[in-house]
Amino acid sequence: MAQRTRSQQADRIRHLLETEGDAIHAQTSASNARRGDVYDVTDDLEALRTDARAIKEDAIDDLPELIETVREAVEANGGTVYVADDAADANAYVADVVEQNGSTDAADEPSVVKSKSMTTEEIDLNDALEADGIDVTETDLGEWVLQVADDTPSHIVGPAMHLSRAEIADLFNERFDPDEPFETAEELTRFARDHLGEIITDADVGITGANFVVADSGTITLVTNEGNARKCAVTPDTHVAIAGVEKLIPTLSDLEPFVDLIAKSATGQPISQYVTMLTPPTDSPTLEFDSPDEPITAGGGGGAAGPIGDPDREFHLVLLDNGRMDMREDDQLRETLYCIRCGACSNSCANFQSVGGHGFGGETYSGGIATGWEAGVHGQDSAAEFNDLCTGCTNCVDACPVKIDIPWINTVVRDRVNRSDEPEAYDFLVDGLTPDAESGGLDPGKRFFGNIGTVAKAASATAPVSNWLADAGPVRAALERTLGIDRRRDLPTFRRESLVDWFEKRGGFAASSRRAAQADSRDDGADVDREVVCYPDVYTNYVDTERGKAAVRALEALGVPVRVPDLPESGRAALSQGMIATADRQASRVYAALAEDLDAGRDVVVIEPSDLAAMHREYERLLPESSYERLREGSYEICEYVYGLLENGADPSALSTGDGAEPVAYHSHCQQRTLDLEAQTVAVLERCGYAPVTSDAECCGMAGSFGYKREYYELSMDVGERLAGQLEGADTVVASGTSCGDQLETLLERDVPHPIELLAPGRYRA
Amino acid sequence: MTVDTVGRFERALEGLDVELERVSAADATERIETIVEEPAVGAPLPFEGVSLPDDVTTGPTTAELEAARTGVTPVGFAIAEYGTVAIESTADGAEPISLYPDRHVAVVAESDVVPDLSAGFTRLADGFDAGRESVVFATGRSATADMGDLVHGVHGPGTVRVIVLEDR
Ligand code: SF4
Repeated sequence: MAQRTRSQQADRIRHLLETEGDAIHAQTSASNARRGDVYDVTDDLEALRTDARAIKEDAIDDLPELIETVREAVEANGGTVYVADDAADANAYVADVVEQNGSTDAADEPSVVKSKSMTTEEIDLNDALEADGIDVTETDLGEWVLQVADDTPSHIVGPAMHLSRAEIADLFNERFDPDEPFETAEELTRFARDHLGEIITDADVGITGANFVVADSGTITLVTNEGNARKCAVTPDTHVAIAGVEKLIPTLSDLEPFVDLIAKSATGQPISQYVTMLTPPTDSPTLEFDSPDEPITAGGGGGAAGPIGDPDREFHLVLLDNGRMDMREDDQLRETLYCIRCGACSNSCANFQSVGGHGFGGETYSGGIATGWEAGVHGQDSAAEFNDLCTGCTNCVDACPVKIDIPWINTVVRDRVNRSDEPEAYDFLVDGLTPDAESGGLDPGKRFFGNIGTVAKAASATAPVSNWLADAGPVRAALERTLGIDRRRDLPTFRRESLVDWFEKRGGFAASSRRAAQADSRDDGADVDREVVCYPDVYTNYVDTERGKAAVRALEALGVPVRVPDLPESGRAALSQGMIATADRQASRVYAALAEDLDAGRDVVVIEPSDLAAMHREYERLLPESSYERLREGSYEICEYVYGLLENGADPSALSTGDGAEPVAYHSHCQQRTLDLEAQTVAVLERCGYAPVTSDAECCGMAGSFGYKREYYELSMDVGERLAGQLEGADTVVASGTSCGDQLETLLERDVPHPIELLAPGRYRA
Repeated sequence: MTVDTVGRFERALEGLDVELERVSAADATERIETIVEEPAVGAPLPFEGVSLPDDVTTGPTTAELEAARTGVTPVGFAIAEYGTVAIESTADGAEPISLYPDRHVAVVAESDVVPDLSAGFTRLADGFDAGRESVVFATGRSATADMGDLVHGVHGPGTVRVIVLEDR
């Protein structure tokens, strides 16, 4: 596998940040913000998303029957359906159709006009047709710019969004040498309109994709803003539509939620300018631009047409398999086929916003869902190259109109890539340190981060020596070389005394019960008869023990006794590295360790949002359903839990309260937001007399191990700076995630505690 | 109800920079005449008592289609919620006439303005049952941001005007 080395990858990302970052960020973040706004004002959004997903699930289930249905429908209309096994098969068929419909004059090259279609990019149709002497012109302006520039798409929806207006103007001035150089977008667009308009009216064949294909009527749906798809489909006599087989939906009524959703998710428009539902061959007259004096309605005389459409029209529907039928059989990749290619997952992704599809892409598809597509249609190697850019933050989960669990697909592919790697020289070394459930051959960096709990335990046991050692130059060099940990990054400082040890030393559960009872007797309001098991995640237990202690004190002050048992790792770290077998084993251990507490009606309180997200999201895939449900229902994020206590009458004055005006800048956490748990922390801060302001930047750019990696250091900083810029004005900055806090501490050069540290009695002092 | 629906349609179109005019059938021809920029082409209007102005060419040649500045077409129905007009692919060329010229004048009967997308889909399904299976939902003006800024009128019309026939 032609994998880039770490420093090549770092160079490439740095280059993309410099050259394409600004243009990409401007466009993707604007689209993402518009999507957020239009989602917010769509009353039935959840119902639409649920419907859309259900329709896709059923359609993919029934795919073989739908292919037969659409074949019958299209043939009854007088068109042809061709199911192509792979790229070569599809390309050969299309070339054949074009040659048969080309001009009879042998000197003329047959000509094709195309409307944007990722499916034809996937099969490299343009190259194949051009190799056959066929002239191909893209008519979507973005796609055409790329054709002129001989560049590749950087986004599913806005293929040329990495190019600025000035760059396009330079390109056009050089290529077309106009009398007056082009400057404005208007001038460029007008030129493109005229230039492409002529090519369209002369073309022999129009090729489009299809956003959806209604099987029982043979209706092709094309969604565009420019109108070029309409022109390509109706102007030449022959229309070829190429679509992945997954685009089939059963009936016209199934189209409705998609028409409602696709523009909202893609660009944040309520609906696209043109939703073309075409059941070819249509009644529309053919347009013979080379006989300019013929009425377009010749013969028809403007009267009503028969049911078969204009007899001069020819239509071919090419349905592409190219790995899709295998994806359908694959329990993990199947969901990818529900994708409607709206690009919302890319727009919502903080890393994508910085480097765009050229950093975050495979051979054809780019962004969040590209891992699934590339693994399915081009194979794992194509997915492996960029799969690592997914930090698992889950921003895309709320963006996807068909509710695809994109981070899970990334985790699965990462796991498969891990297993297919060549064994590495350092295996024995890291294997010895970190036993896990993975087979050999795993990248040592992944193995290291995937087993961070074991590492942390050893480091804590040997602290402070381990900290000094880890900071020493030669050790940092070795860490960078073997594990890819960037030496510019501060490493966590391990505590000699873990949270669990601290808790035991101060008297364990018995002492905690006494303190809670005392608090209860002081406070006459609440009567919350609960007990909490505080989950000591790796960072809280060994590194950031202060937030653990604060959580314990806050709960006790509100009258709730706490236990802090030594519990297994959640599996979050392993999941981030795509080590599913390890995560699976850890999930079972966590459940086993907590089962008795859950049975006893105790509440599990989790401080690190990413660990809670493992329990609430990924465990669904790793535990039996009833175990998953039980744990999910019995576990809470710390501030969510405090919120619940206050709602049930606990007195906020038991905590460290503010004067009502003190501004606190709060950064939630990507996964915490996906779990809809940002609002509770904000509410608690308000109830306790603070004036919280929140960040809306997508991510801190850290996401656990991601930001430590040498190849991603600059990217991590680029993303982090956007967040830091939003927060720096406030006196106090708090963050829920450890990695968010670390990142902000580095960027803002001050302490960034967890909100619970601000709230715990004896209040945090910066 | 219908009045509210047309009001909603008008507001949606306002957001898309598309002007809506309400006229009676008796005044329609005259109003259309003032709105079109010549040369103009059109597809015959199927509303009783409403005809295209004389200088709007029906059954145009391809040269006339290319040269036209305005295309006038009827639309099957409109969706108030989004400001959408449904253009049917008919043998008299409504689809290319609504697409090629820079200005599209869409004529719709008030009774054919439906409130929302769901109602639009009901109308669409009725049309499919009657054999009208090729329809474009056109909302606002052709647009692109691919050249670095939002520009209208790229492959389709850059100006759209909607005429609602009030007594239909
Ligand atoms: S995965 Fe979802 S969000 Fe991403 S492109 Fe596909 S449909 Fe859109």
